[in-house]
Amino acid sequence: MRPEQQGIEVAVLVSVGRHPITGRTRRADQDARGLELALGLERQVPGSRVSLLHAGPRSEESEAALRGYLGMAAGAGMAAGAGMGLETLTLLEQAEGSDAIPALVEHLAAAPPQLVITGARAERGEGSGLLPYALAERLGWPLVNGLAAVEKVENGVATLLQALPRGQRRRLKVRLPAIVSVDAAAPAARQSAFGPARRAGLEVGRVAAEPDLALAEWQLAPARKRPKRLKIIKAASARDRFKAAAAKVEGGNGQVLEGVSAEQGAEAIFKLLKEEGILR
Amino acid sequence: MSEIYRRDPRREWIARNRLHPEHTRVLAELGGLGATSEWLGPNGVIRKNPHAIGFIGPNGVKRIDRSGAQQVGQAAASSISAARQAAQDNRRNVNIEAPAFLVAVVPELSGGRLSSHDKDLLGLARRLADADAEQPGAVVAILFGKYKEDALGEAGIDRVVHLDEELYAGFAPEARLAALSAVERELAPRHWLLPDSPLGGADLGRRLALRLGGGQGERPATGLWQIEADAEAPLGWRCTTRGAAGSLDIQRPLPRVALALAECAEPVDETRHAAEPLSLAEAIPSALSRIEDLGQVAVDPAGVALAEAEFILSGGNGVKDWDGFHYAAKVLGATEGASRVAVDDGFIARHRQVGATGTWVTARVYLAVGISGAIQHLQGIQSCEKVVAINLDPGCDMIKRADLAVIGDSAEILAALVAKVEQQRGGQRDAA
Repeated sequence: MRPEQQGIEVAVLVSVGRHPITGRTRRADQDARGLELALGLERQVPGSRVSLLHAGPRSEESEAALRGYLGMAAGAGMAAGAGMGLETLTLLEQAEGSDAIPALVEHLAAAPPQLVITGARAERGEGSGLLPYALAERLGWPLVNGLAAVEKVENGVATLLQALPRGQRRRLKVRLPAIVSVDAAAPAARQSAFGPARRAGLEVGRVAAEPDLALAEWQLAPARKRPKRLKIIKAASARDRFKAAAAKVEGGNGQVLEGVSAEQGAEAIFKLLKEEGILR
Repeated sequence: MSEIYRRDPRREWIARNRLHPEHTRVLAELGGLGATSEWLGPNGVIRKNPHAIGFIGPNGVKRIDRSGAQQVGQAAASSISAARQAAQDNRRNVNIEAPAFLVAVVPELSGGRLSSHDKDLLGLARRLADADAEQPGAVVAILFGKYKEDALGEAGIDRVVHLDEELYAGFAPEARLAALSAVERELAPRHWLLPDSPLGGADLGRRLALRLGGGQGERPATGLWQIEADAEAPLGWRCTTRGAAGSLDIQRPLPRVALALAECAEPVDETRHAAEPLSLAEAIPSALSRIEDLGQVAVDPAGVALAEAEFILSGGNGVKDWDGFHYAAKVLGATEGASRVAVDDGFIARHRQVGATGTWVTARVYLAVGISGAIQHLQGIQSCEKVVAINLDPGCDMIKRADLAVIGDSAEILAALVAKVEQQRGGQRDAA
């Protein structure tokens, strides 16, 4: 490692999650993946410091969930020989039902980290996934969504791998400071150790809370099952309706090449693959 | 020609005698199709000849198709295609000259075509636009990059803004956002609709919502799946959205920007719209980009889960040269799949099985080699976009399903395809 390479400041925004079946509080899955990514970064870029940030009400339940993140760092720092930066979590305490965005913007603008990692969407409340975008817009930082890995950080430019659907990856270069959001494509989070989580401290700071008026006006209800889409058959006659219900395979409008040489057949397939942009 | 109608009693006799060797020829000569099976009798009564209609069914029994879709045997093929065309042609043409307002839609256009999600979204846009029949709105689609879709009007698009510059290719949220902001300034659509899908609108829509409203930002509806008219809401609609990781339903007035889930509305299927090209008057300001796209990374296709693979090379009972098959998959960069028979015979691992008992795949291109197409297998590839079949049997079900079918020896064709790909790559793989 080159000595001049400086570590970077990474802030991980964490939230209180919700277990999808029992509904109990837990560390949110995507945020935990974000922290996992940050801890991996600490190993990749020595001297990096990871800080945890949460804005929301403080209660026994949410505190237990937030300590789940603190338990993740146990031993990670020691193994890498880097700074054990993860002994506390900064909790910006707010009243229930207030908007977290202004508080986070204020906190991040006061001591700007170089990289902010968040989950793509929260597991409680509105869960619209707007928070990283709102932060990026207000702070004026670039944002990359769907992060899969951080490849390297050099001279204030990070090379990232973005996850695309169908298991594909895209390489991006982003100028720091930047906000990145992770979803299910990021590496799975490690287990949380209970003891270190209990011993770690919460740094509580009170911030001015702006109530989220719009959310208070909306009606929230447990999600009901979405109606299954019916297959609508527009047929003029009984025969067409019967065929639509019982027909096995429609005689397709596909092209059939019969009695051609192998080269001609391969040529046709090659052309189709080219058109679809499958071959690289 | 003389006006006198002359009868030919011999021909009439042949026409009546179904067993006569020249019966069908004479029938055809007498009056073409239809006329022989139905005519006006001398007493002004419609007479029907049931022997002249129908066709011989698969078991050698004569069947009569009363729907009229299938005429006398020989004309069957042409009449089916005519019927299909008629079914398409009864779409009503709609041309909205002076729209009362605009609904802007930014489809995902994955692979250059409108996905089913996009079509649902356009159906939703049509619901918003056509709510008031007196003053219909127009649906404006903003398309980035090249597209291959030719049925834009049939999906319900009135106007098309096509932005095909190089800077919108790949991951270019800042450039795209600048373009959408220019559309907002110039056209000021009443609604913005985007698909809430990872590749398309989920990212761009959230950026757009926060950019609109003079920097103040709109609070978009994300995960929208239902709308209903509501006179009290600002835009006249209420919507139901999914919140909190899918565990909450949020009822709220419809905001200007909405990110909708799949199946949020029925796709348009009764009307055909104009899809007129529309160009922006003002130039789009170039945005300073702090994100640089270095292009897609080659991923190991074997590591991609079968259910989400983009390109699958699938082998079945007809594959004899498995080494060649694996090599072809490697060269083409395809994920390997297999039919049940190939898996049972131990040629390929169980987790690679495609079909009802295996994996339901969603590939964009599915290349089926030596697979005849059992119904269980065809179920598994229902949602594949393009199916290519290589098979020896021209009558099998896979050929019927395929968009392109090549009849021939699979090993030879695969080898020729591999040779072609390698030749096109200029022997890079040989060097490596």
